[in-house]
Amino acid sequence: MKPYSAWNVFRNGLSRQKGWERAWRDPEPKTEYDVVIVGAGLHGLASAYYLAKNHGITNVAVLDKGWLGSGNAGRNTTIVRSNYMMPGNREFYEHSLKLWENLSHELNYNVMFSQRAHVSLLHSPAARDGAARRYNTMRLTGADGELWDLPTLKRKIPHLNYSADSRFPIIGATVQPRAGTARHDAVAWGYARGADQRGVDIIQNCEVTGVERTANQVTGLKTSRGIIRGKKVGFAVAGNTSRLWRMAELGKLPIESHKLQAFVSEPLKPLLDQVVVFGVGGAHFYISQSDKGGMVFGGDLDWYKSYAQRGNLPIVQDVAECATSILPCLGRVRLLRHWSGVMDMSMDGSAFLCKTPLSNLYLNAGWNYGGFKASPASGWYFADLIANDRPDPVILNHTLSRFERGINIDERGAGPDPKLHG
Amino acid sequence: MLRIPCPFCGTRDHSEFSYGGDASVEYPALEAPAEAWLEAVFQRDNIDGVQLETWQHLHGCRMWIVVERDTRSHEIHSVRPAHEGLASALAQSADPVNES
Ligand SMILES: Cc1cc2nc3c(=O)[nH]c(=O)nc-3n(C[C@H](O)[C@H](O)[C@H](O)COP(=O)(O)OP(=O)(O)OC[C@H]3O[C@@H](n4cnc5c(N)ncnc54)[C@H](O)[C@@H]3O)c2cc1C
Ligand SMILES: [Zn+2]
Repeated sequence: MKPYSAWNVFRNGLSRQKGWERAWRDPEPKTEYDVVIVGAGLHGLASAYYLAKNHGITNVAVLDKGWLGSGNAGRNTTIVRSNYMMPGNREFYEHSLKLWENLSHELNYNVMFSQRAHVSLLHSPAARDGAARRYNTMRLTGADGELWDLPTLKRKIPHLNYSADSRFPIIGATVQPRAGTARHDAVAWGYARGADQRGVDIIQNCEVTGVERTANQVTGLKTSRGIIRGKKVGFAVAGNTSRLWRMAELGKLPIESHKLQAFVSEPLKPLLDQVVVFGVGGAHFYISQSDKGGMVFGGDLDWYKSYAQRGNLPIVQDVAECATSILPCLGRVRLLRHWSGVMDMSMDGSAFLCKTPLSNLYLNAGWNYGGFKASPASGWYFADLIANDRPDPVILNHTLSRFERGINIDERGAGPDPKLHG
Repeated sequence: MLRIPCPFCGTRDHSEFSYGGDASVEYPALEAPAEAWLEAVFQRDNIDGVQLETWQHLHGCRMWIVVERDTRSHEIHSVRPAHEGLASALAQSADPVNES
């Protein structure tokens, strides 16, 4: 496989673009692999990539019921940040952000990672104090964080609604300058290409329909393309985790599937250089501008459990209200598209990267709606977990058993109600 | 938009209601062992299909109701008051339920 380079772009320009090869193969599944990962989203693909790259395990298959990146990988609002405070999470997300910073080079694929800063608006002195505590804690782990006062914020983003009469007047912001956005599809494609180059088989249109097991092991996966066996098996199926869990007859999980919507407007000239977050009272809203000019934004979950990949209308109204209350200049902008994805919401808002009751089955789930930023580190630590059959200290508490041990990792302090985490 | 037939008020948009959660969960006695509480508070079936769930008609009669809904299609199969006393009171009421 030839690497992508400016020289190759130039050369193919002269030869009528005939010299490009396909980015990954479309192999027939073998009957057995060293590792089989279910789910070719970002987490499954990144895991396969790092299994091959970091651990030399290349006899690997990644199975997906649709095309790779057809799940939440291709549906998110692409925000990348590491402003987490709880032990375990903050090391994990900062490691992820460091991987993001080199990802385009690592994958030889332009993931368009843009460190444009993540700006969370503040509306009260109490919120500012809370945020200062969070950002100072982050800084102790090596992440970056700043507090912007009102004059600084006005200079950086002049067109927010600074009216003193607004329902929630803005008094400043907490900012992570190294945070930003990336192109979600490119991340899936880059990891897929990188994994494929190292020998990983990516098997699309291959739905897992059943799990064969003994008392303590997975022995095979029934799929729409025959039985596929893995010496080790990893689940990375996001909102479908409980389905797979039931196929393996493993009982209940501290996870509920909820749907989250995303929205994009018609393209505009450059308007917003940062990711802006508005969260106060009942409002929860985040917005950035894509390189094509569309305003990309989202808000809360649809508030009830769902496996349907389609969103409801009250949330459309909700995000539209949030948009116009902080950026009134968007009032006449038209919505171009909106869609939704099924989220694996966990009981404390944090993820699971862990072993399971079956000795050769590993679980990667519970990403809530923050799994895009997590994907590089998720793949990194999940590959390490599968290869070495023990968790890295960073993910030591990202287990299913944390609830029975009372060591929940609840960033938001929202309690055991999955729809309240985000 | 889901349309939920409230047993008291009739059919209303779901935005009048607040979502509770999994109605199949049975909370154990206070003195039950920690495992029973772990199960009730944290462990979920997360059904892809017809499940029982609680909603409250927050912006209406404020009744808690149990809704039987398909989590794949959002189709609602049945609705009843969560509280048995209310259910029997409504059943005895002379007024037929206003199903608008
Ligand atoms: C609207 C929206 C906005 C979001 N915004 C952000 C954001 O701004 N920042 C952020 O960090 N995160 C965000 N997220 C979250 C993030 O997208 C997810 O947490 C992350 O993509 C989940 O991991 P994944 O990519 O591996 O999942 P997915 O891409 O969903 O991958 C799971 C795969 O498993 C496959 N699968 C399922 N069942 C089976 C089966 N039986 N057999 C075979 N294959 C199967 C699916 O087809 C799918 O491709 C957002 C999500 C949504 C929906
Ligand atoms: Zn009512």
